Amino acid sequence: MSAGSHRVRSGGRIDRREPRAFSLDGRRLTGYRGDTLASALLAAGVAVVGRSFKYHRPRGFVTAGVDDPNGLFTLGTGGRAEPNAQGTVVQLTDGLRAASQNAWPSVRFDVGAINSWFAPVLQAGFYYKTFMGPTRRAWMFYERFIRRAAGLGAARHDPDPDRYETRHLFTDVLVIGAGPAGLSAALVAGRAGARVLLIEQDGLLGGTLLSDPVDGQTESWRVRLEAELESLPDVRILRHTTALGLYDGNTVILLTRRDHCAPDPVQGEALQIVTTVRAKTVIQSTGAIERPLVFPDNDRPGVMTASAVRTYLNRYAVACGRNAVVLTNNDSAYAAAFDLAPRIDRVTVIDVRRAIHPALATQAASLGVEVHAATAVTGVLGRTRVRGVTLTPIDGARGRSAACDLLCMSGGWSPLVHLSSHGGIKPRYQADSAAFVPGGYAPGHFGAGALTGRFSLGEAVATGWQAGVRAAADCGFERAAGEAPTLPEGAPWDTANHRIEPVWTLGGARAAKAAFVDFQNDVTVRDLEIAHQEGYESVEHLKRFTTLGMGTDQGKTSNINALAIMAGLRGIELAEAGTTTFRPPFVPARLGALAGRHVGRHFRPVRRSPLHAWHLGHGAEMIEAGPWLRPWYYRWAGQTVELAYLEEMRRVREAVGLSDVSTLGKIDVQGPDAAEFLDRLYVNGFARLPVGKARYGVMLNDAGTIFDDGTTTRLAETRYFMTTTTAGAAEVMSWLEFLAQTAWPELRVHVSSVTDEWAGIAVAGPKARAVLERALPGCDVSNDALPHMGCLEIEWDRVPVRLIRLSFSGELAYELYVPADYGTAFWEHLLSSGEPCGMRPYGLEALASLRIEKGHIAGAELDPRLTLNDLGLGRMARPEKPFIGRELAARPLLNVPERPSLVGIECLEPGPRLRGGAILFAASDEMKGHGRGYVTSVTWSPTLGKFIALGLYAGGLQHLGEEIVCAFPLYGERVRARITSPVFLDPKGERLHA
Amino acid sequence: MLRYSLSRLVRHALTDRPWSRAWREAKPRNRYDVVIIGGGGHGLATAYYLAANHGIRRVAVLERSYLGAGNVGRNTTLVRSNYMMNGSTQFFEFSLKLWEGLSQELNFNVMLSQRGQIVLAHSPAQMDGLARRGNTMLLNGIEAELLDRGQVQHLLPYLDYSPAARFPIAGGLLQRRAGTVRHDAVAWGYARAADALGVDIIEGCEVTAIMHDSSGAHGVETSRGRILADRVAISVAGHSSQVAAMAGLELPIESHLLQAFVTEPIKPFVDHVISFGAELFYISQSDKGGLVFGGHIDGFNSFTQRGQFPKVEGVAQCALALIPGMSRLKLLRHWAGIQDMTPDGAPFICRTPVRNLYFNGGWCYQGFKATPAAGWCLADTIARDEEHPLVRCYGLGRFAQGGASLDEYGHGHWTYRH
Amino acid sequence: MLRIECPLCGERPYTEYRYGGDADKRRPMHGAGGIEAWHDHLFLFDNPKGPHREFWQHVQGCRQWLLVVRDTATNIVAEVALARDARGMDRQGPGER
Repeated sequence: MSAGSHRVRSGGRIDRREPRAFSLDGRRLTGYRGDTLASALLAAGVAVVGRSFKYHRPRGFVTAGVDDPNGLFTLGTGGRAEPNAQGTVVQLTDGLRAASQNAWPSVRFDVGAINSWFAPVLQAGFYYKTFMGPTRRAWMFYERFIRRAAGLGAARHDPDPDRYETRHLFTDVLVIGAGPAGLSAALVAGRAGARVLLIEQDGLLGGTLLSDPVDGQTESWRVRLEAELESLPDVRILRHTTALGLYDGNTVILLTRRDHCAPDPVQGEALQIVTTVRAKTVIQSTGAIERPLVFPDNDRPGVMTASAVRTYLNRYAVACGRNAVVLTNNDSAYAAAFDLAPRIDRVTVIDVRRAIHPALATQAASLGVEVHAATAVTGVLGRTRVRGVTLTPIDGARGRSAACDLLCMSGGWSPLVHLSSHGGIKPRYQADSAAFVPGGYAPGHFGAGALTGRFSLGEAVATGWQAGVRAAADCGFERAAGEAPTLPEGAPWDTANHRIEPVWTLGGARAAKAAFVDFQNDVTVRDLEIAHQEGYESVEHLKRFTTLGMGTDQGKTSNINALAIMAGLRGIELAEAGTTTFRPPFVPARLGALAGRHVGRHFRPVRRSPLHAWHLGHGAEMIEAGPWLRPWYYRWAGQTVELAYLEEMRRVREAVGLSDVSTLGKIDVQGPDAAEFLDRLYVNGFARLPVGKARYGVMLNDAGTIFDDGTTTRLAETRYFMTTTTAGAAEVMSWLEFLAQTAWPELRVHVSSVTDEWAGIAVAGPKARAVLERALPGCDVSNDALPHMGCLEIEWDRVPVRLIRLSFSGELAYELYVPADYGTAFWEHLLSSGEPCGMRPYGLEALASLRIEKGHIAGAELDPRLTLNDLGLGRMARPEKPFIGRELAARPLLNVPERPSLVGIECLEPGPRLRGGAILFAASDEMKGHGRGYVTSVTWSPTLGKFIALGLYAGGLQHLGEEIVCAFPLYGERVRARITSPVFLDPKGERLHA
Repeated sequence: MLRYSLSRLVRHALTDRPWSRAWREAKPRNRYDVVIIGGGGHGLATAYYLAANHGIRRVAVLERSYLGAGNVGRNTTLVRSNYMMNGSTQFFEFSLKLWEGLSQELNFNVMLSQRGQIVLAHSPAQMDGLARRGNTMLLNGIEAELLDRGQVQHLLPYLDYSPAARFPIAGGLLQRRAGTVRHDAVAWGYARAADALGVDIIEGCEVTAIMHDSSGAHGVETSRGRILADRVAISVAGHSSQVAAMAGLELPIESHLLQAFVTEPIKPFVDHVISFGAELFYISQSDKGGLVFGGHIDGFNSFTQRGQFPKVEGVAQCALALIPGMSRLKLLRHWAGIQDMTPDGAPFICRTPVRNLYFNGGWCYQGFKATPAAGWCLADTIARDEEHPLVRCYGLGRFAQGGASLDEYGHGHWTYRH
Repeated sequence: MLRIECPLCGERPYTEYRYGGDADKRRPMHGAGGIEAWHDHLFLFDNPKGPHREFWQHVQGCRQWLLVVRDTATNIVAEVALARDARGMDRQGPGER
């Protein structure tokens, strides 16, 4: 096992006693605990880790964090395969299998690189200008190839075996980012006694301090703060946790990754956790990321940001090269140069500025670092890795080449303004730091550290401290927090605050074609020039036209450079150009984590009737009915629904059946004005309904169209028991509450949903009374004592029973309501009582077919596009009685006679069948357009021996007896049928009243 | 207009010859025949068809922000014509027909990808609903295929057919001519073509007042001065109420947020446009490789252009309920647009009570797919001062009259339920 | 995420509530008002970009309908009251029955 050719012998935060074996494209490699995939690969000397999106240019790591645009891999296999994993943030685990992407046959030799020959043609916007011929569908041909070439990693369709969780946390102070500013803020707020939640996307606290030498001045300070934070009881620290976004109401969404612990989903351990945090105050200490510089061939493997090189050296003990050139326009890059100098062969600083801070010059000299001021890198030698650079003095003299195997660049720093922008606050350009900073903070939000455009360690601690004090005070914690922890002496580059001189491109005109601004999406300076020429120059047009910043990194390293270059082309200030909109999530987040446990059968909650278990145990095949699961049919009647429902129907029509109607909405309406309330609500009257009687009612909405229906029973002078449709239950309940509370608060009425309190059982069939006589001995259920629409409140074995004589099927039928907990016992009691009569349960399919035979409206007809008249129910409304919807139901075009209205339809052909969704035409019509109506519900009627249907037909029953055509062109069918009354069975209601 | 072609592209590439602007940076003139408020897809299309179909070229398109800043650049790019209600069926089919020749007409590749859309059903009742829709389409000359569960599985083997699926798939309705269009290209293509015909496209020009009196509208006051016009059209969906109020109009419109989502780019994963049937959810894959999807509006009036997180969770759950394999894919970005919602889910293209003032808005979820037809019909309505036959159903007065419903899904009169 | 302070239950996420639309439009008296009054009430909206009076029901809590003033440009909630109380002054009055 090799520790890696680029691994430095000592130092770093890796644990050399714990090797981690992993592979890249099948090549076996070893790293250490504490490595990222990126650091382990760099240690092993792997320079080319991917190919770019468009030109397939070889690419290596550019940064050491979430901003890296290049190092994307597919990790794992099978259902655990994850495309586009960022090597710089993947914690190295034993057995990790990584594969490179977007290259064939390999990243080192990639056929796709042929694209780079056509690079001039594949410029920004090329596809808008071509692929339009020879035919109108030509794009469909080209698109196939373009789709295959596009995309980065390949995803698999296998289900994900892992488990994800979501949770909620509440805190006084949320501190986002545990760099020096965040640590200080959390400490002071914690000392003040506030509940503090400190989150850090890294596995370690410290932020940029982690890139300092592990034996350096800042480490003891970092350790001391961490220890004190851990000791504070109300401070909670979440590591490996990223703030994905800021939402309304100080809500911050966190993603905690536990990938490195290999959690076991079978044991219920989550791989990732999404946390919704409601914070009283939020401290944004998200830091800043270093910008690359833009110069020809700046994308070659081995060209990296200076801070990344320093991180790899100090944190991971990886020297990314032996002969380094550091290119900078500010002081911060000197840190990398000075840390590298003692560890590698040679370090040269190329500084585009004319004046070098004397302290830096002195230190450079003492470390043997050569510094060239007023010089730029204007070219890079080498293709699959850096072999040298072209150095050109700023004043235009001729360049010379210099050998090197590593180029560290620093174009300044971009604060991570994402979170403040998510809240709708536009970033503001701060010229002295050449950076966009938050344009402000929402109430209760505070910024600290590099986010504010102040990059020194001292300022980070000071602003963090201040933010912590203010946040805690905002939450009412003003306890004195003691002294700010004393800082180690700052290094010279630190106190000097960077002294940046912005420079947005190097290398002049030659720069254009191969000077990359967006590495991942292959956007060059030339592309920006084309966008400018064509007028796509506002920041959003630039992005959309060139695809700049639209990669998986969302332009973290590229956006500001591009905006600055475009501002230069337009001759305007960068401040004026502004930025594109920062959108959540801050880093790409797995959909699995966002979905949490609401997957598979838990996607949405299931509602079950109190009799659910009985149904499952007695051969019911269940079906989804909105959120409910209901018995579709029972296997006693047949093995398929087609067979079973006919048998169940026959049982109801010839003997007796029972079915579970517990899903109906049930509402208890009480109060002195209950009668008036219902009178207003239903189109028909309820005030004069006698106690002990039930009535069918229809409700309209305010627009005067159909809302819901059901029966309501008057239990007492001031008390009604309302049922609604299953689907409409929640809507009706809210509507009643709305009316009672807002429209008619003067009515003394109270409504309560009792849907879950009562189990409902329908007993239907000619022998229904016989069953009840046996089941409820001592209760007179004779026609006189309990006529149709009558109600009795009785007791069965001391259990209250509401017995209402109602029929949906058209048979002699009863609905019985008992408290839900007694539902199963009562159901079984009814079944055993009904056994001699041959009573069996029937399901939803039979229920629906029975009602079609009887012409009762249900789901498909209870349509808010229809009116009372459309359903033939106009007579229910009494014109003198006001009811909800009365006024708008009178709108003129809702009342024209040619509107489609409810009819029965019977099939006239023996072979073919009627189908729901068929379009209706008169026999003489041409079969085109929207027809005269459509079929809403259809069934084979075993009673009538033919297909029958309900439907809407223009003019409705004016056409009674006429022959029509049911067109179903999807199946090439036209079936002859006849308009009939929608009541196919027992129109006089003799069965009902039997 | 510089004609785009492969040979032109090669010539420019080889010679480094600069490209010309896609559209001029026009300065507002004092007076136009027609001023269109709103430089989105619809406004630009209207300007183009005014010039191309009616020879009306003294036209200005006024855009408050950058061209295409609104919903034309924020939608999920779907085009289809599987509409069932009389009026919408014909209108959206006309739109799809216009899409089919648009790249060639504009000489700008809008990348119409007719990959087919499948709407899923999860119950026998939903299958009946799809049947009615599909039958209506066929009877109106629009192709449609009703698929059973097996046929859906054959086409889309990666959906959840397991016993664990909460809402098992019963079947689906396929429209093969439906698909996607590169949304930004639509705005740019219309802008470029309209500009070539003489239309002035004026960005960064906010309308602050509509000049009108009892004789009608006469022009607009803007952040860049007064502009007189014989006719004024409003095409600013999302902010329709605000602009119409400048002419004293109150509309049957509320503004709501619709979020949209895109994953990281991956190799081809979903070849069709798929719509879930258990909840509102639709997904397709862009040519760049990202899975683009969306759901229902957030559900309460808002102009914030940023969504609520519970909706993000809900949409992710729909995605996995449909395609469990998406679990490991990463959400890259989510954003929101403001859309006009109406009491029947259908739009308005019409004259208004103010003479010479025309209105286009209320698009709910369907503004993008309507772009060519909306532009065509609004241009016609302006030019003739009478509603184009295809949009006579889309008048502002329809709620007072009652009449045949345009409510495609029967959600009722609440704007926020559609 | 949007949070609304229910006068009875305290501050809760909006997902516990059901949105009930514009509360600014005076509902015509029951049984009164013609097509026009009801049309304007039901179908026309101020739809302001700014403070908006709207109904929400705390369906997963006390089930009370609330009158909320929320700025549609910022989603900041300025006022919440029980609709039963808040409607008091612009209600049609006791003579309605």
